[in-house]
Amino acid sequence: MIFPNTRAVSYNDTVVRQFAIMTVVWGVVGMLVGVVIAAQLAWPELNFGVPWLSYGRLRPLHTNAVIFAFGGCALFASAYYVAQRTCQVRLFGDRLAAFTFWGWQLVIVAAAVSLPMGYTQGKEYAELEWPIDILITLVWVSFAIVFFGTIGTRKVRHIYVANWFFGAFIIAVALLHLVNSAAVPAGLMKSYSAYAGVQDAMVQWWYGHNAVGFLLTAGFLGMMYYFIPKQAGRPVYSYRLSIVHFWSLIFTYMWAGPHHLHYTALPDWTQSVGMVFSLILLAPSWGGMINGIMTLSGAWHKLRDDPILRFLIVSLSFYGMSTFEGPMMSIKTVNALSHYTDWTIGHVHSGALGWVGLITMGSMYYLIPRLYGRTQMFSVKAIELHFWIATIGIVIYIAAMWIAGVMQGLMWRAVNPDGTLTYTFVESVKATFPFYVLRLLGGVLYLCGMLIMLWNVFKTATAGQASTVNIPAATAHA
Amino acid sequence: MEILYLLIPLSVALVFFFLVALWWAIDRGQFEDIDREGARILEESEKG
Repeated sequence: MIFPNTRAVSYNDTVVRQFAIMTVVWGVVGMLVGVVIAAQLAWPELNFGVPWLSYGRLRPLHTNAVIFAFGGCALFASAYYVAQRTCQVRLFGDRLAAFTFWGWQLVIVAAAVSLPMGYTQGKEYAELEWPIDILITLVWVSFAIVFFGTIGTRKVRHIYVANWFFGAFIIAVALLHLVNSAAVPAGLMKSYSAYAGVQDAMVQWWYGHNAVGFLLTAGFLGMMYYFIPKQAGRPVYSYRLSIVHFWSLIFTYMWAGPHHLHYTALPDWTQSVGMVFSLILLAPSWGGMINGIMTLSGAWHKLRDDPILRFLIVSLSFYGMSTFEGPMMSIKTVNALSHYTDWTIGHVHSGALGWVGLITMGSMYYLIPRLYGRTQMFSVKAIELHFWIATIGIVIYIAAMWIAGVMQGLMWRAVNPDGTLTYTFVESVKATFPFYVLRLLGGVLYLCGMLIMLWNVFKTATAGQASTVNIPAATAHA
Repeated sequence: MEILYLLIPLSVALVFFFLVALWWAIDRGQFEDIDREGARILEESEKG
């Protein structure tokens, strides 16, 4: 059977371009909401007494916007680009690919409207109500068809390792979404979870942590394995290790979730299983990080004058840091101190701003000029500036949250000789205030970097021209 | 913890699915010439 995409002479970069641009736009929006809620934590007056501006409604808007709008669009763009380039075939199904773009934007807009209005399923990172969940499912199945259709009709025999990461991320997220969002509708924008009590909590964090594992890790590792070698002009340090990295990560990730429920009603042994699996994850994570960083071995000088490479490599060092910190925090005795404190927020943001954010920005800086028929962004100096502002912002952010978190943990557990608590809760809140202000400063810096990127992307797009790239005659590897 | 009767089989099914994928990849010779594969992405032409 001959599929039309195999006869096409050019790649489908239209959909890649759309997703790449929206990655930057949603990045600005999501991070702006993040800055607003960070300010609200320091100065609660900023809730203005308006329900749809209140922290409780804006916080899920922030997480959904940065994870699914910014991160999601980046994953669509890079999965579509990488699959086409490494398979040397046009994307499978032009119309279906277009549907994934418009469908996904509709999901994002629906989230941006319904969350501030207060519609929520009350599940972290899965707040969207059931009609939106169904739309997500439709888009995701289409994504899978487009992606695997492209892999299935490839002109290159070998499937490049990045595609394995993208493929696993697509399949795992589909499964997680379907199981966790199972609900009984009770009206157009109201539903009840199919699970109850601790069972629901277990499903939620099975979903929650695997969303981190497959969406925010596996998917972005796919980006890492393509864009770092391309930008560095060198093959990945050890291709063999990248394959071991993939399979070991896939086979060990699924059971880390219970570490979100230490010291809760979840059975003790389940918590311990979650902790053990979290500790095991250190090995494949660091294997992958070392593999990525060592790609520059013998060419370290490239870091000196290539800001894009710096984004990509520094993102890996944040990946290494947070995949070390994560397993440590999953140890029950450490968790007894860190749980429910801002240390967790610091950990999440070292992964989100450091790893996911920087790898995305680096990849987009590689990708966007090429989608507009150029070899470089409009301003390389602006990339350099963005890199430094973003990095300093991250360091301020996570250092503030580490100190605040450990302080909170110590204050909450301090007891007087007579057994009463040394501090009231509000005293710990008061003590956290300066760190909330510092965190806001870090967030503002990070947002400023993103605004510079938006300007640079706008200039690049208007100075260049949406280009059509021809598929090289793929006879050699067929 | 009745939920484990759902989650464990699901995880096992997923692991089996990936095992089949691994077996398929090995059987198809995907990993036979891996020393070359890493460099291949650098050979694609970038001409527009």
